[in-house]
Amino acid sequence: MQWLERRRRRGEWAARTLFFLCALAAVALLLLIAAYVIFSGLPAIREIGPGNFLLGKTWDSANGENPQFGILPLLLTSVYGAAGAMALGVPLGLLTALFLAKAAPKGVAAAVRYLVRLLAGIPSVVCGLVGMTVFVPFLREKLDLPAGDSLLAAVAVLAVMILPSVVELAEDALAAVPRSYEEASLALGATEAETWFRVDLPAAGSGIAAAAALGVGRAMGETMAILMVAGNVANMPGPLRSVRFLTTGIAMEMGYAAAGSLRQRALFSIALVLFILILLMNILLHLARGRGKEG
Amino acid sequence: MGKRAAAFLLALLLAGCGGGTARTVELDGSTAMSGVVAALQEAFRQREPGIRINCSGSGSGAGIEGVLEGRCDIGLSSRELTEEEAARGAVGRMLALDGIAVIVHPDNPVSALTREQLAAVFTGKIDRWTEQGGEDRPVAVYGREAGSGTRTAFEAALGVTDRCAYRNEYCSTGDVVGNVAANPNAIGYVSLSSVNGTVKALSVDGVRCRLDTVRDGTYPICRPFLLVTREGTALSEEAGAFLDFAESEEVEPYLAMAGAAAQAW
Amino acid sequence: MNHRQARRRAGDLLAKALLWCGAGAVAALLLAVAGYVCVRGAAGISWRLLTEEESVLRGTVGIFPAVVNTLFVIAASLAVVLPLGVGAAVYLTEYARRRWLVGLVEFAAEVLSGIPSILYAMIGALVFCGRLGLQKTLLAGALTLAVMTLPTVLRTTQESLKAAPDAYREGALGLGVGKWPMIRTVVLPASRDGIVTGCILAAGRVVGETAVLMYTAGLSTVMQDFSSPQGLLHASGATLSTVLYVYAKERADIGTAFAVATVLLAVTAVINLAVSAVGRRARRG
Repeated sequence: MQWLERRRRRGEWAARTLFFLCALAAVALLLLIAAYVIFSGLPAIREIGPGNFLLGKTWDSANGENPQFGILPLLLTSVYGAAGAMALGVPLGLLTALFLAKAAPKGVAAAVRYLVRLLAGIPSVVCGLVGMTVFVPFLREKLDLPAGDSLLAAVAVLAVMILPSVVELAEDALAAVPRSYEEASLALGATEAETWFRVDLPAAGSGIAAAAALGVGRAMGETMAILMVAGNVANMPGPLRSVRFLTTGIAMEMGYAAAGSLRQRALFSIALVLFILILLMNILLHLARGRGKEG
Repeated sequence: MGKRAAAFLLALLLAGCGGGTARTVELDGSTAMSGVVAALQEAFRQREPGIRINCSGSGSGAGIEGVLEGRCDIGLSSRELTEEEAARGAVGRMLALDGIAVIVHPDNPVSALTREQLAAVFTGKIDRWTEQGGEDRPVAVYGREAGSGTRTAFEAALGVTDRCAYRNEYCSTGDVVGNVAANPNAIGYVSLSSVNGTVKALSVDGVRCRLDTVRDGTYPICRPFLLVTREGTALSEEAGAFLDFAESEEVEPYLAMAGAAAQAW
Repeated sequence: MNHRQARRRAGDLLAKALLWCGAGAVAALLLAVAGYVCVRGAAGISWRLLTEEESVLRGTVGIFPAVVNTLFVIAASLAVVLPLGVGAAVYLTEYARRRWLVGLVEFAAEVLSGIPSILYAMIGALVFCGRLGLQKTLLAGALTLAVMTLPTVLRTTQESLKAAPDAYREGALGLGVGKWPMIRTVVLPASRDGIVTGCILAAGRVVGETAVLMYTAGLSTVMQDFSSPQGLLHASGATLSTVLYVYAKERADIGTAFAVATVLLAVTAVINLAVSAVGRRARRG
């Protein structure tokens, strides 16, 4: 009897330890990735100088005589790209979320929701392909440009790509607003639409902020779709110019940079900048969610 | 069940780290060479069905890096090796000669330019097609990304290294072909072997870009297709067999079919 | 007074119209994207495209190797991420007593899920392909994707474990069963649907991923050898979404690219249907 008990306890201990290690794996992986990105990203920044690196306006890493490693054009492109995508995507996403949560008849809501979820799953290369074959030539012809690949094209593709996550998160937030708020508002004589816009939207504010933060993160991290429509020259960003993002900057040169060369280390530094931006977004997201839970 | 599968995978992993002879050969590099290599690859497989050839197109510089760092067996380079690459042990073997065709949209009336005109267009000194006898349209200069063999060879041939003013940069040969075919304003450069009916190749200095003009050296913008290995690193038996095949006279019809000129034997 | 009421009613109608228009625009946009892809892709889809290998010498295209590679990458990454993700979720919901630890793991998972795929690509290429000597192989790609999909599996499993009624646990423990047998026989079966959902979602991310696989798994379009351990270890090549990139960009073959895009769209639709079907079953209990 005793050995049975001992075996059982040993089994329990083994299971517990195994599960604990699994749980630690997520933390360990994150720490490893963070350490890897930080330690391989810092040397080049130190070598180039943080000012020259972050504020330099020329990225010409492969120049044989005088390579330049200024990532300001890439950084600004990523910021503008995400901001533009939010400006287009968030209002549209919010309207859709409000529609789904409040105004839509059940059947219509289910259909729209299905569509949105379908879009969320579409591989980014498919979005890029459509942007490249439809929107890029459209821009060129309508605006009489030499070529349509531009920041604007990338923003349009990004806006479509972040829509699903904005809609989904915002709808959840709106659905979580207590029914009593609405009832109070309606009882005071407000119309339905007034209640949705003036009561539900503010009440779901932190959830909507979380949705926006998630959207920014997505937009900043996207690579393949915008590689196909942005033109990929490291110009200072302008809506109709060919631009290179932080992500596409890494993607374009990753294979080329010799191991240990300054060029490769500079790519790691770009990765570090991107990582920090994403981390900031995550912390914002976390804060927004935390506040939502308290409130 | 998941655990058993994981254990199996781990065992596989360990077996892999212990090394072993694979029946696969990894090629990596120039996207300009992908058409030629795809033909060779398939022909080789008909002779040696047991050996698998995998080819990834990532650009010449990346292929050479890949060989030097052991990420692939044979690199594909569509330019001469640099001194630095040679100093690190890269060895190039000539597979074929290729012309770099300057391509425009088929509707573009311009059909010939001189090298001086090309240099002016690619450095941005000329930005409308009218100045070249074309329609009144802006010029969209398309190029490849830094590190591309085609870009390096093209810029060197025109004497405009690192001075080109590109509207857009694309990551592969096919990408330039596709985008030039979709834009009547565009001008770009690609391997002769990838020119198809969707784009028009310009004459340069009055010479048309064709297999025969590349072979006899009259077409001014040529470069080699190289198979790159690393000195001092033993090739696997399979990779060696593929190299032998690629260097034999047998490949000539496949090269011609893919649009590259075989070197004189 | 009457005038004001009329104005308010008009405002109400206007606001509702705005909502309908906004949602309508989004739906129309999504339908247009999906419809456009299908219309342009339909011409290129054939049984031969799906079941044959491409041949340059004969001039035919086929994406069968990409289909097989996709399935292999899904299977291999799930084999790693499933035990890891489910194990972590079990620890968090069944064992962990310290709230900060749960919070830390959850935060880590959140950040991991937000890291851009190009960073995973970079790290995968250097660590799995380079440092661990796997070269550019499907296995290296699958391992990188396992790290990437860990948060998905972890989170969905955790949700479903939380949803399993405490009465089940108490009942089992009351019968004198140990904690691990209780988890194995009561909690895990009860949350099976959630785990399955996590797997499907992870598979969906694998199907949609391009950047990571381009740099870690290679772009070969040749059929690989999956019959021997050596073959499995060295198999390298493009999955469906990478092969779409190859056709659209490297080959400038937009027709085939759209055909592949249509296939991907269909796979996405199936995955979504599967997720909602499992979800419905779970709700029914």
